[in-house]
Amino acid sequence: MSHSLLVNGSEYAVDVDDDIPLLWVLRDTIGLTGTKFGCGIALCGACTVHVDGLPMRSCVLPVGDAVGKRVTTIEAVGDTAEGARIQKAWLDIDVIQCGYCQSGQIMSATALLAANPSPTDDDIDAVMAGNICRCGTYPRIRAAIKLAAKAG
Amino acid sequence: MSIHDKVNASVSRRHFLIGASLTGAGLVIGLQPSLSSAAAGDLEPNPFIRIPADGKIALIMPSVEMGQGIYTSVAMLLAEELEVTLDQVVLEHAPADPTRYANPLLGDQITGGSLAIRAVYEQMRKAGASARMVLVNAAARGWGVAPDTCTAEAGQVVHAASGRRAAYGSLIQAAPSETVPQDVPLKPASSFKVIGQSVRRLDSPEKVNGTAKFGIDARPEGVSYAAIAICPHFDGKLRSVDDKPAMAVKGVKQIVRVEDAVAVVADNTGAARKGLAALAIEWDPGPSGDLSLTDLEKRAEDAIGGKALPHIKEGDVTKAEAENGPVHEFVYRMPILTHSAMEPMNCTLHVRKDSCDVWVGTQVAGRARQAVADVTGLPLDKVVVHNHLLGGGFGRRLDVDGVILAAKIAKQVDGPVKVTWSREEDIRHDCYRYLNYSKITATLGSDGMPVSWRHRVIGPAVMARWLPAFTRDGIDLDIMGGAESSYAIPNKYTEFVRHEAPDGMLTGNWRGVGATRNIFPIEGGMDELAHTAKIDPIEYRRRLLQHKPRLLGALDLAAEKAGWSNALPQGKGRGIALSEDFGSFAAMISEVGVGEDGKLKIDRIVCTVDCGQVVNPDTVEAQIQSGIVYGLSAALYGRITVQNGAVVESNFDDSPVLRIHETPKIEVYIVPSSEAPGGIGEVGTPGVAPSLFNAIFVATGKRLRSLPIDQNDFRRV
Repeated sequence: MSHSLLVNGSEYAVDVDDDIPLLWVLRDTIGLTGTKFGCGIALCGACTVHVDGLPMRSCVLPVGDAVGKRVTTIEAVGDTAEGARIQKAWLDIDVIQCGYCQSGQIMSATALLAANPSPTDDDIDAVMAGNICRCGTYPRIRAAIKLAAKAG
Repeated sequence: MSIHDKVNASVSRRHFLIGASLTGAGLVIGLQPSLSSAAAGDLEPNPFIRIPADGKIALIMPSVEMGQGIYTSVAMLLAEELEVTLDQVVLEHAPADPTRYANPLLGDQITGGSLAIRAVYEQMRKAGASARMVLVNAAARGWGVAPDTCTAEAGQVVHAASGRRAAYGSLIQAAPSETVPQDVPLKPASSFKVIGQSVRRLDSPEKVNGTAKFGIDARPEGVSYAAIAICPHFDGKLRSVDDKPAMAVKGVKQIVRVEDAVAVVADNTGAARKGLAALAIEWDPGPSGDLSLTDLEKRAEDAIGGKALPHIKEGDVTKAEAENGPVHEFVYRMPILTHSAMEPMNCTLHVRKDSCDVWVGTQVAGRARQAVADVTGLPLDKVVVHNHLLGGGFGRRLDVDGVILAAKIAKQVDGPVKVTWSREEDIRHDCYRYLNYSKITATLGSDGMPVSWRHRVIGPAVMARWLPAFTRDGIDLDIMGGAESSYAIPNKYTEFVRHEAPDGMLTGNWRGVGATRNIFPIEGGMDELAHTAKIDPIEYRRRLLQHKPRLLGALDLAAEKAGWSNALPQGKGRGIALSEDFGSFAAMISEVGVGEDGKLKIDRIVCTVDCGQVVNPDTVEAQIQSGIVYGLSAALYGRITVQNGAVVESNFDDSPVLRIHETPKIEVYIVPSSEAPGGIGEVGTPGVAPSLFNAIFVATGKRLRSLPIDQNDFRRV
């Protein structure tokens, strides 16, 4: 069936079953490929987007459940104050290696910072443990979140 | 001699292992025909540089970027001699063309083996320098002045005496008539402006804002999306499948069958996956359908006593064993491992009657092109590979099985189709690091120091399939990488027992290649001998490394930084492991503790590295951190099991990898060096498991010899 989705401030009409995960609608139907597929069962966090400001794993979120809500992806997270700060810290620390998981890392870190302006190591662990990075950028992710918090 | 010694020797001799016949010494002198993406009139002084009249200078990257930072480092090498700043350049993926973009040391268009910088350190600087000289000569001729009165800086030729300046872009009409210099002097290291500086990665901005394009992000006009199920059994085939349940799913367009897989093609991947899930597929499990890991481990165990081929022989081990005794014998066992790159395998193709486009991220673009030509029957020059950023490689994307499978599917689809593997398919159909066992046999002299050292390596000969040039008399020189060990022992003997995985189970290269296999038993074994001799493990190694000043330098720095001589409380321990491979020297010290609850906690890992002339220090630090985290995942969790001739694990729940909260403090220190650059992408991995095992022994008194670490080992009864 046809759905109207609000993604990054723009309306999109998409004609897919309501149980299709939002991830594929974003990537394939709308063409926003910044959000990544990693595991398909909410284990790795690569597909993290914000739905009404909250971090969600789009690989398991049925598109029907996103209707009527504000979806924000990596392509627009820099428009938020926390997102911009996180992205800048990511560049300042030079966190990224292959980069594939980093959209999800940045979306999770932004949500963390929005909810908790000065996270402790334990706070960082609790939120960021849901995001896997095979390049092992974890030490720099931690440093960048702290840097972004300090810049707030 | 290991593969890397061969490579190092060939570097030092300034000629190339097997590349000479394909690409000569690398720098292609003379102006090249334009690339498809070049505008008419652009200046292409060599395959790596393209200068337009206006705008940024394109640097064409012969190696692929999979996180290791090579795009930035290669750009730095080119920029250093071309005399441009890094904000004046834009980077391009090289097309699939081994005649121009082969790694000079490997003779093929391959990114792997931590070989890129070693292979191109001189080649790229010469490419930059020769282009600069052509531009300087063209400007000087136009001005009627001597070229040696001109200099180049920041993309301009400057004649200081008259104050004249010419941007490189303004010289592209005049430059082609200049002779390309054959003798290209290079700057001494003391004059480097870019090399050796910590430069921010050039690929970060697009990776931070989501615009970076990986293979999985390719969306050619009219693309369809396929989900696949591959026969779970190693040697199995598709028996039957009924299309109807999938075709009933909205958006599904087609079901494609190949001999060992089924693909559902739809207008988005979500619909394709839903359609695939609706199918009841019957597989023929094939001849290996009852195999279990127990069977495979039994076979590997039997192979320990199998027929071995001699590799390196120094002195007389048999005589030394007879004369010295007792013989100390240790068997170290490594499990089957996946790569689990974050970007699952994928490939997009548009197969037409007379041509084909391929969009993929691959470590072997030339092989990918050849594979597609083979599957489609198209001539090689009708297959265009559009290479992409790689969402992790680690050796997985050195194989083209995913490209072949996608091509077989795409042949049956009208229009372009993107084939995306699920994580489950990615884990169950990897090119695995197969079971690898090592038996070390040693005898000690009256001073406690080793007199004889025998190392028998049991594992597959991946190179026999993948790069036969790296085999010798039946020996895979890669699996033997580092087996000879750095230690001065008068009687040494290394040997190889070829032991392959069952048919249909693909085995391949894994981060750290031979070194991750052999440093583990060598450094574990050396530690066992040191404790047997009751000599401090670092002191023990030092005595055996007097001929290895660079390794000693790394060792001494690590001991200092880790506070090796400071005592630790009971239940804690430090362990050391050294590695010499990829042209680099590393020392790693792990510090662990085991609490009352029996749980292992890794407190800290210190790594020092001497990798010769450093191009980008920040990248060296990042790659060591990366290699350590990769090694920790394997040490703590890496183990694939087999049941019914199929891999059991399927996703990050039953095949876990390290997460941020489990990551210890990691410290990296670079030993300053002006030696030739070594590799770095794989240097951080080999020392992880042995340094941990050696630390655990000190903390608990338990000597572990099998990976992964069984956390239950430490529960006190």
